[in-house]
Amino acid sequence: MTDIREYIKDHILYLDGGMGTLLQKRGLKPGELPERWNISRPEVITELQKAYFDAGSNVIYTNTFGANSLKFEEDELRAIVHGAIDVARAAREQSTGTQEKFISLDIGPMGRLLKPYGDMDFDEAVEIYARTIRIGVEYGVDLIDIETMNDSYDTKAALLAAKENSDLPVFVTNAYGEDGKLMTGASPAAMIAMLEGMGADAIGANCSLGPSQLKGVVEEYIRYSSVPVILKPNAGLPRSENGETVYDVMPGEFASIMSEYAHMGVRVLGGCCGTTPDYIRATADKTLPDMTEITSKTPVTDKNITFISSYTHAVEFKDSPILIGERINPTGKKRFKQALRDQDIDYILGEGLRQQDAGAHVLDVNVGLPEIDEPELLDRVTCELQAIIDLPLQIDTTDPVAMERALRHYNGKALINSVNGKQEVMDVIFPLVAKYGGLCVALTLDEDGIPESAERRVEIAEHIIEEAAKYGIGRKDLLFDTLAMTISADTKAALATLKSLHEIRTRLGCHTSLGVSNISFGLPARELVTSTFFALALEQGLSAAIMNPHSQEMMKVYYTYRALHDLDENCMDYITFADSYVPAGPAPGTGAPAQGTGDAVSSGAGAKTSGDDYGSPLKRAIVKGLKEQAANLTKDLLKEGRQSLDIVNEEIIPALDIVGQGFEAKKMYLPQLLMSAEASQSAFEVIKADMAAHPGEAVSRGKFVIATVHGDIHDIGKNIVKLIMENYGFEVYDLGKDVPPEDVVAKAEETGAPLVGLSALMTTTVPAMEETIRLLREKLPNVKTVVGGAVLTQEYADAIGADFYARDAMATVRYALDLAEGGADRAE
Amino acid sequence: MSVQDIMSAGSPIQLKIYRREQDGTDRGSSVIPGVSVSEVMRYGGMMTSRTPLPPGGDDEAAADVRALIDECVSEVLPVLTYKVCYRYIPVEWEEGLPVLPFETYGSRNLAHNLAGCSEGVMFAATVGVGMDRLIQKYERISPSRALIMQALGAERVEALCDTFNADITAEAAGRGLVTVPRFSPGYGDLPLEVQKEFTALLDCAHLIGINLNESMLMSPSKSVTAVIGMKRG
Repeated sequence: MTDIREYIKDHILYLDGGMGTLLQKRGLKPGELPERWNISRPEVITELQKAYFDAGSNVIYTNTFGANSLKFEEDELRAIVHGAIDVARAAREQSTGTQEKFISLDIGPMGRLLKPYGDMDFDEAVEIYARTIRIGVEYGVDLIDIETMNDSYDTKAALLAAKENSDLPVFVTNAYGEDGKLMTGASPAAMIAMLEGMGADAIGANCSLGPSQLKGVVEEYIRYSSVPVILKPNAGLPRSENGETVYDVMPGEFASIMSEYAHMGVRVLGGCCGTTPDYIRATADKTLPDMTEITSKTPVTDKNITFISSYTHAVEFKDSPILIGERINPTGKKRFKQALRDQDIDYILGEGLRQQDAGAHVLDVNVGLPEIDEPELLDRVTCELQAIIDLPLQIDTTDPVAMERALRHYNGKALINSVNGKQEVMDVIFPLVAKYGGLCVALTLDEDGIPESAERRVEIAEHIIEEAAKYGIGRKDLLFDTLAMTISADTKAALATLKSLHEIRTRLGCHTSLGVSNISFGLPARELVTSTFFALALEQGLSAAIMNPHSQEMMKVYYTYRALHDLDENCMDYITFADSYVPAGPAPGTGAPAQGTGDAVSSGAGAKTSGDDYGSPLKRAIVKGLKEQAANLTKDLLKEGRQSLDIVNEEIIPALDIVGQGFEAKKMYLPQLLMSAEASQSAFEVIKADMAAHPGEAVSRGKFVIATVHGDIHDIGKNIVKLIMENYGFEVYDLGKDVPPEDVVAKAEETGAPLVGLSALMTTTVPAMEETIRLLREKLPNVKTVVGGAVLTQEYADAIGADFYARDAMATVRYALDLAEGGADRAE
Repeated sequence: MSVQDIMSAGSPIQLKIYRREQDGTDRGSSVIPGVSVSEVMRYGGMMTSRTPLPPGGDDEAAADVRALIDECVSEVLPVLTYKVCYRYIPVEWEEGLPVLPFETYGSRNLAHNLAGCSEGVMFAATVGVGMDRLIQKYERISPSRALIMQALGAERVEALCDTFNADITAEAAGRGLVTVPRFSPGYGDLPLEVQKEFTALLDCAHLIGINLNESMLMSPSKSVTAVIGMKRG
């Protein structure tokens, strides 16, 4: 049997065409599962597939698009997959065509959206695809195709399942919308980066649109893909005519467009919805005569593109420098360490968003602290970051277990930090790069440490390249870091770094990266040295820098370098930057970086910092919901020597009371209550940072556990209560949504919280709330419960045995305060 | 199986993609109208349908909230898509209950809604996953914006449904039919379980990206499924 991977090198490969539309013509009812026909009407499937082979198709997709364990029980699934392969084999035997014929196990999307947008776990999704794949592979097919995927994470799950359960070739095609993106936002380049990295053998687009509407998508594939490109479009756009769906592109026109694409470099041609054997025959007739010309003119070659991706877009390492934000890292940051210990994910996400706003292209993610479970936390932070930030991530850890978990769950092609010339490190990291894909930062050090000479660093780089090649990792997927060392210890240090950097970029042709700020360690006014070094390194061929995007000096270098190197058309980016540039004056302290979201109310209102009738400027800032101002005023108060506790009790809480009373009296809107809470939270942030620096003081009014109950995924109400409670000084343990009763009890027990808050939005999940209360009563009889949520009423709350029904967040606060004053402070 | 059999299950699934306001407003009904701030405030629990301001609320308070809504609107609009998939269906009657292509669990409320109807349209509409992404982002960093994003999503998908509904009503009028108010799975005694069959019949996951979770809720969350009945005017 010919290996399709070899065959494709000097042949155009023809796939089959539409199936669903043809089955409907033969009586498939809407809503009926076509896979069942493999057993009930196998002759129909065989007849259709034979017609495709007769028309010139090299590859038939088995009738298993929806064959997965979500739709079928294990036994039926097995019978359906076996039946599908049997009918395809029969079609192959009966066909009169003389071309090479392959049978592909067809895998379509399972029909459930993955977290965070849906409720399916990534690993669960991998297992669902794996079940079908194992059955098919064991029974015998020539390749696996994953098709019509409209979400990048779902695609990754399916491809991973294929790779983990077989050595067969895998083809992957995605369904792009009219905006040229997947339903969940991925661009073709983002998909190419991820799929190529994971070892897909051919990739491309299918379904959704007609061949001409997919032109932009096809061009992007041809430009970026180093593996053969597949196109399997619909027969144009559908419309309804006399109660039937008809498509607007006829076989002749379809074949002409497909032929054009073949000449541009598309290697695998087929059809999707609305196409029939006639379309495939026309396409083959049109392109077969030019086969030799096409395959020699557009050979499948490595495009040598260095890129990484998020779930929306790719970031290419080319001429314009890539900025890797370094702030998600505990090194030297007390407040960040505290956040890691407290699992304060929101704080970490805030760091990420601020760096994105400051202009970072990639975020480094390092959560390594001796006392924490790094694999668990790195995984969690990676997933949380990619839920709300669309920048590619750099997974930064020395723990291979943590590395693998994060890479597995990363939605895209990650930047991997790092490997180096030590054999034992290469032995564990390169297999991960080969499996999950990734661009790997490679440090030019080895068992003997960091060489002083540039020459030796280049030698190590060469050795790393050789070793990577053994795993099939090309030099385009290595990003060399020639190690910036402080010049305060050795004034020759920068020279060796720059020289080896230049050599690796020009002679070895690899891209480079540096953690530039190390260069100035131990020196005064570090930014001056670091930013100049950054400029010098860029001139020597630096492709990327791990840096602080909040540093104006660094950003100045970035924007001016791009303008000076013809990388900034009409200097537009520079001009925008210059508008916001603040020349260095008498230092006004370090100042907090601008809040990602900015203040809702324009700074015009914020300029007025007098107390007005609110009693003090900080109170006013909180009442007005001015985040930045609240933070800055709190800093000022601390500088003046006010105690943290005083600020909380005399400023923040009274200000919140003003808003809370306004809200209760219906004089203020809910968003204002929330904006004030956000402002006071930013004041709290300052206080927390101060306390991390001066431990000993505590401002807790007690502990509070909160959760949205099992089965319920609505958490806006719960989040509002959490925020307001935090602002009133409670230590809130937020268990999230869809929380099983046992978890609530366990957390209440662990923390010793005297009060537990439960939220439910749907009538269907109130029983879960009742169950949680029952279990709490049983295990922790002293703990009180407060419940709330759209469907709850006082009667409902009484019926399920809750201690208190809170109609809104303020009611919860009042109850918690009463409890804290009335009872002993059991939290301590 | 005959053509009639297929027809009895309804006509083919159709897809309708509405344009965004900023893409130009020259072609009437195929454009979704702009955001109604008062509707957003209503969905966000910021006022009742009758009073534009909470009793005793001052102008400054209202202006602050409006400014916040405006900012959210400008962030949301570029990420929205307006997609509907739908099919015409026959409505037959058996013992006072409608017989539809999907199981109706003997819903009396649906029967009441469809009284007198002989056909209808079942549809699913969504404004896309980009909306959810923004909601999720602000749930982590700014509850005030999260609240407004939620409300804005509700306002947008309702605006989409209203526009689509108007198109269907106009089409029906051309055939001498009038439409009844749209009715969704989960209303009254029509259980949410209907969703499974409903979305399968419209090939929602494939055509417009609506998936169901275990609790039969849709993602993207700002999506609507409903049936619109038609009867002789």
